Amino acid sequence: MREGRPRSFYVLAVFFAAYVLFLYGPMIAIYILSFQGPQGGLTFPMNGMSTYWLSKLFQGTGIVDLGAAFRRSLLLGLVVMAVTVVLSVAAGMAFRRKFKAQSILFYSAIASLIVPSIITSLGISLEFRIIDDLIKAHWNENFETSMGLLTSGLGAHLTWTLPFGLLIMFAIFNRFDPRLEEAARDLGATPWQTFRHVVLPIILPSVIGIGLFGFTLSWDELARSSQAIGSVNTLPLDLQGLTTTVTKPDIYALGTIISAVSFAVITLALGTIHMLNKRQAAKGSDAGKGLV
Amino acid sequence: MDTSDETLQQASPGLARGSGQTRQKAARLSPSFISWLQAGPMMLVFLAFFLIPLVFVVIVSFWDYNEYQLLPAFSGRGYTDTFEGCIAQLPELCTIGKTYVKTLKLCFMVWAITLFIGFWVAYFLAFHIKSKTWQMGLSLLCTIPFWTSNVIRMIAWIPLLGRNGLVNSGLLKVGVIDQPVEWLLYSEFSVVLALVHLFTFFMVVPIFNSMVRIDKSLIEAAYDAGATGFQTLVNVIIPLAKPGIVIGSIFVITIVMGDFITIGVMGGQQIAAAGKIIETRLNALQFPAAAANAVILLAITFLIITMMSRIVDIRKEL
Repeated sequence: MREGRPRSFYVLAVFFAAYVLFLYGPMIAIYILSFQGPQGGLTFPMNGMSTYWLSKLFQGTGIVDLGAAFRRSLLLGLVVMAVTVVLSVAAGMAFRRKFKAQSILFYSAIASLIVPSIITSLGISLEFRIIDDLIKAHWNENFETSMGLLTSGLGAHLTWTLPFGLLIMFAIFNRFDPRLEEAARDLGATPWQTFRHVVLPIILPSVIGIGLFGFTLSWDELARSSQAIGSVNTLPLDLQGLTTTVTKPDIYALGTIISAVSFAVITLALGTIHMLNKRQAAKGSDAGKGLV
Repeated sequence: MDTSDETLQQASPGLARGSGQTRQKAARLSPSFISWLQAGPMMLVFLAFFLIPLVFVVIVSFWDYNEYQLLPAFSGRGYTDTFEGCIAQLPELCTIGKTYVKTLKLCFMVWAITLFIGFWVAYFLAFHIKSKTWQMGLSLLCTIPFWTSNVIRMIAWIPLLGRNGLVNSGLLKVGVIDQPVEWLLYSEFSVVLALVHLFTFFMVVPIFNSMVRIDKSLIEAAYDAGATGFQTLVNVIIPLAKPGIVIGSIFVITIVMGDFITIGVMGGQQIAAAGKIIETRLNALQFPAAAANAVILLAITFLIITMMSRIVDIRKEL
């Protein structure tokens, strides 16, 4: 091996640092600006320091009913997270064996990931409109709509989160040692016991990662919600609506609140993953400890 | 697993499947049935919320419409309205033609820039960071913004690029310009900047994935055989990282082709693009015309992906 670091290391380190600054710099700017005084505008320099804009948001004197949108987004995010975790783990297990329709499911997931969101969103909205028309024509004339947060909205978000969940499961099982399951089976464990006591504890950190993707992608989802969510708005949709009208730091304050939730979830998830990994490293193996 | 079961069965029948009651019960569910139970729910979600909706997009694109409702009768109006004037105006490009040229141009710029940044960021992480912990930490640093809101990351450029933003006031102070530059925000420039900002992540991840799989001894071998750093890069690393490059490119290109939010917010709702036409038609409640545009966009996106996946087998790489 060559000694020391080559010059290219330093060049690329600077490049990398610049990229990270590019990623985070603008975001940090709006977090700072949301703490401006009541006279503050949309740009630097800061016009005093206060929590005026943030508290204004909480008082509900803002432009739209953000509290309701906040609760809707939270509910949807949690449901999407739960469904994504369960369905991805189940499907991930299925992919370890060969089964018919395997490639259909795989290509559906990939297509769902790369077909432009607006097309999926439009399709779901057409589907629900047609269902509504059918119900109105054949069963109930006064029927309003089957579109909603937890019907078309949930479906739209799942088409975005499930492919990520499935790909993460592929990554997990690529480095999973099947001998562990064989050992469990040899010791007389049922398939469910093998999953519950051997497979799940090992993959748990990554499963939490799937949950993290599920929640955060739903919490910030915009393109697919745009046509498919029905008459109610989620928080990102409200935020997007504000971009064209607002000229005050309200919008930064709202951005800061939304990001705070994202960062809280990210920290919680990464913290749990870290803890689980440490526990696995400490207690996962009794090799070398002799017979107990 | 299946094969090991079979071998075990042949060697000592009765051992592989155990003999307990529960074992008997589990054995009765055939493996293919279990697979269906496991994969079925996800398949159903894709069927109900992705595949059937796509079929509806295609069907509705051939329906008729008036000012306020869908008319379920065959009509090519969605398409004829979209391509209005395309033949009459030849050799001039019609509106839809111009829009697609513009979209492809944006796409190409964003692709080239994200590829450049993504490649070198991934290269740095994969080859220069030796410690696994650091590699994880720095990859996370690149991933965290992906978990936060895209709209916020767009708005975040306003205090920097606006008329009175940091860039303008900085340039004014230094004396490079004597009045604020207007094209920094709500322009093609800001659209490209925001798209690069948001989606370079989709380039970094697959390229990094390909690069960490490269056997380091190959690079040592190239070095020992007297290759320069540049030769190693061109003849060893780039060919081996190609799958990641192609997958990342597919992601970025399809995202930019269908984007309407970034182009809307960062372009001040003034720039036309393929995704934006669909949104405009939808706002006017012209569903068949929106669907027809969606079909055209889908066809072009599909064409690009097919061309690119000729280069690499996606299934093998995941």
